Amino acid sequence: MDAIASKSISSINLSIYRYDPDSGKKPFMQDLSIDIPEGQDIMVLDLLNMAKEQDPSISFRRSCGEGVCGSDGMNINGKNGLGCITPLSEALKGNKIVLRPLPGLPVIKDLIVDMKQFVDQYKKIKPYLINDEEKPEREIKQTVEEREKLDGLYECIMCGCCSTACPSFWWNPDKFLGPAALLQAHRFISDSRDTATEERLDQLEDAFSVFKCHGIMNCVSVCPKGLNPTKAINEIKKKLVKRAL
Amino acid sequence: MAMNGKGEELDASKLKVLEFDGIVVGGGGSGLMASLQLAQSGFKTAVVSKVFPTRSHTVSAQGGITCAIQSADPDDDWRWHMYDTVKGSDFIGDQDSIEYMCQEGPKAVFELEHMGLPFSRTEEGKIYQRAFGGQSKDYGKGGQAERTCAAADRTGHALLHTLYQANLKAGTNFLSEWFAVDLVKNGDNQVVGVIAFEIETGEPYFLKSKATVLATGGAGRIYQTTSNAMINTGDGTGMVLRAGFPVQDMEMWQFHPTGIYGHGTLVTEGCRGEGGYLVNKDGERFMERYAPNYKDLASRDVVARSMMLEILEGRGCGPDADHVYLKLDHLGPEIVHKRLPGITELSKTFAHVDPVEHPIPVVPTCHYAMGGIPTNVHGQVLTQATDGTDNVVHGLYAAGEAACVSVHGGNRLGGNSLLDLIVFGRSAGLHIENALKDGITLSKATNEDIDQALVNLNRVNISSTGEDVATVKAELQKNMQLNFGVFRTGDLMEKGLVELENIREKTQNIHLTDKSSRFNTARVEALELLNLIEVAQATAVCANERKESRGAHARDDFQERDDENWLKHSIYFADTKEVTKRDVNFRPKTVQAFQPIVRSY
Repeated sequence: MDAIASKSISSINLSIYRYDPDSGKKPFMQDLSIDIPEGQDIMVLDLLNMAKEQDPSISFRRSCGEGVCGSDGMNINGKNGLGCITPLSEALKGNKIVLRPLPGLPVIKDLIVDMKQFVDQYKKIKPYLINDEEKPEREIKQTVEEREKLDGLYECIMCGCCSTACPSFWWNPDKFLGPAALLQAHRFISDSRDTATEERLDQLEDAFSVFKCHGIMNCVSVCPKGLNPTKAINEIKKKLVKRAL
Repeated sequence: MAMNGKGEELDASKLKVLEFDGIVVGGGGSGLMASLQLAQSGFKTAVVSKVFPTRSHTVSAQGGITCAIQSADPDDDWRWHMYDTVKGSDFIGDQDSIEYMCQEGPKAVFELEHMGLPFSRTEEGKIYQRAFGGQSKDYGKGGQAERTCAAADRTGHALLHTLYQANLKAGTNFLSEWFAVDLVKNGDNQVVGVIAFEIETGEPYFLKSKATVLATGGAGRIYQTTSNAMINTGDGTGMVLRAGFPVQDMEMWQFHPTGIYGHGTLVTEGCRGEGGYLVNKDGERFMERYAPNYKDLASRDVVARSMMLEILEGRGCGPDADHVYLKLDHLGPEIVHKRLPGITELSKTFAHVDPVEHPIPVVPTCHYAMGGIPTNVHGQVLTQATDGTDNVVHGLYAAGEAACVSVHGGNRLGGNSLLDLIVFGRSAGLHIENALKDGITLSKATNEDIDQALVNLNRVNISSTGEDVATVKAELQKNMQLNFGVFRTGDLMEKGLVELENIREKTQNIHLTDKSSRFNTARVEALELLNLIEVAQATAVCANERKESRGAHARDDFQERDDENWLKHSIYFADTKEVTKRDVNFRPKTVQAFQPIVRSY
């Protein structure tokens, strides 16, 4: 709030990536000047909504507006993040802001990318609890300590900011599972109620699925939920190595 | 043929057709529970959702699922939960439905736990339960209960992701980012599917089905300030009203006490469950005056009104004295970080306040529709005959916030919405499963029937001049906020109703400037506006008609509850814009009905 107020910025130069394959036109950057309310630190998504009032054809995904649904992952002045919880004071360079779709995935239109590759990788890790034991009448017991192992893993909102910031994922989006899917893999491996740990590790034991992670840690620096996929990936690597010895 | 810029009119012959045993419109908690039930039974099931399922608004639910699973208290009893819910509803919740929900709840909660939902745990390894508003032991005589099962303060996120994952396992078909426009009815007034289009391509379809479940969620976007996601536009409610079926208790909107000031984003009632409380500008814990026993954990309607009274009487906080504070800074960092990590994030982002150190500025925000599409406990949609009897609409089901089964009556208790979703999503799925096994025969829709369901879409697509969607939507929201908010009065509502009639005219004349096919979000927003106006008008008419104060419906000109005339549901049809009454169910199967008493906390 203070950053905006002290600079007394009242109009923002917004540059948005525009592309509609049906139009026959090449992608281009559209420049708009947007007046913002004085002294208020609005979010990037608010700015986009104001831009859409000027030009209703601008397309982007959005839903909850509070950083839990994961719809509005986008590239904001060069860094992946969620539009709805990125304040202008944090994102602005001068009074300019450049919005592009998440990198590395096919663009459907404007800021909307095709998430199919991302979701397919998620599906590959069997993202559901596997427990082949007979179920108790009540809950399956889990200690506070066992449950704490899921913290930092289950909170993923599948926005795609991490995987689309990862050079290994850009290079091998079909074979390297990417940080988001691997975080989920570790969520189920770590769950005391899951009985398929060995099967899960078997599936990850090849040169690409996990080991194409080179610890670049872009995923950690962009995750809007403050999660640490690199750490989860390292834990999986350790388990795989330990098993092989 | 995708919809395109040439403004061509669609008819039945131009639609692709897909056929399913069951389709579920909406990918939130109730929808995914219904689809899971069907897919697990081997039926060809599709979820039609305008967003990728985990983007649905269930994801935002924070505090938990209220259910007597006897974890915090081994003596807890579902009947006590039933009593609280009936009282919370201000006695217009249907007691057969509430009984079913409270009794079946534990089974559904344990089912979710077995699917992998990462509930927080007690020292004994059981599901953690926290205190929430309006919860008591021993039928209100045993003090505050702790009955809300929680996964930190991210219970909705944990629940929705778990259900999505379980549906992947079960082989549910997802039509993700498809927009359902209208119901298709056959000549017998039965529902045989929906018209929908794939948003990515703009390709329109007739989705044929033996059973259609509307699980389209709430419509908080009829108000200016709301905790609801931008997608909560009452799409199922709009479809039902346009198809000539009624809605119930639409005047009943819950304003949640603790929306972050200036933004509307919610901080959970669990904050108060964990020991937080509200203060006015003098630092006074004012809820002690309004609800001496339950204080900050009185039910939501009571707390929201008390806050508004503090503000109206000049004891609000801030330079404009227009909000109050939620104090958590006395709880210590451990409780706040462990039990309320999500609200710490939200508070820092939207209020620029770390709740460990400073109180959070809050004001009531529109949160939940108690009213909706009337159903029985099996999720079957009901319509009302001219003589007042209930008739089942064959082929059509509803569940979750879009439905009004009615377990919440005039006011919903915290933690009961997630329970409603899973219990009635499941029961709709079960009923459809059995009906499919017995064999469902509905007569086919003719081309004229299908064309009827294309009228709205065509009107938007071929528009060449007219009103701007965003402008009309803003007018609608402003009008609802001003004239149909926390406190209501006849004069203002009459004015609001006239204004809404003008706004409806405008919505009938909106202009879609961008007619492109591919991921045209402007088209989606135009169609959403047509749903918002249906919901807004139903709300306004019913609110003006209900001449009493009950639950969330508080009138300055009729301040008392009037059981003689209004211990009733309101029923509204869009074609007549008239309100009739429907009896509240006082016939639970296994317990004595709870009779209306004065409601105090």
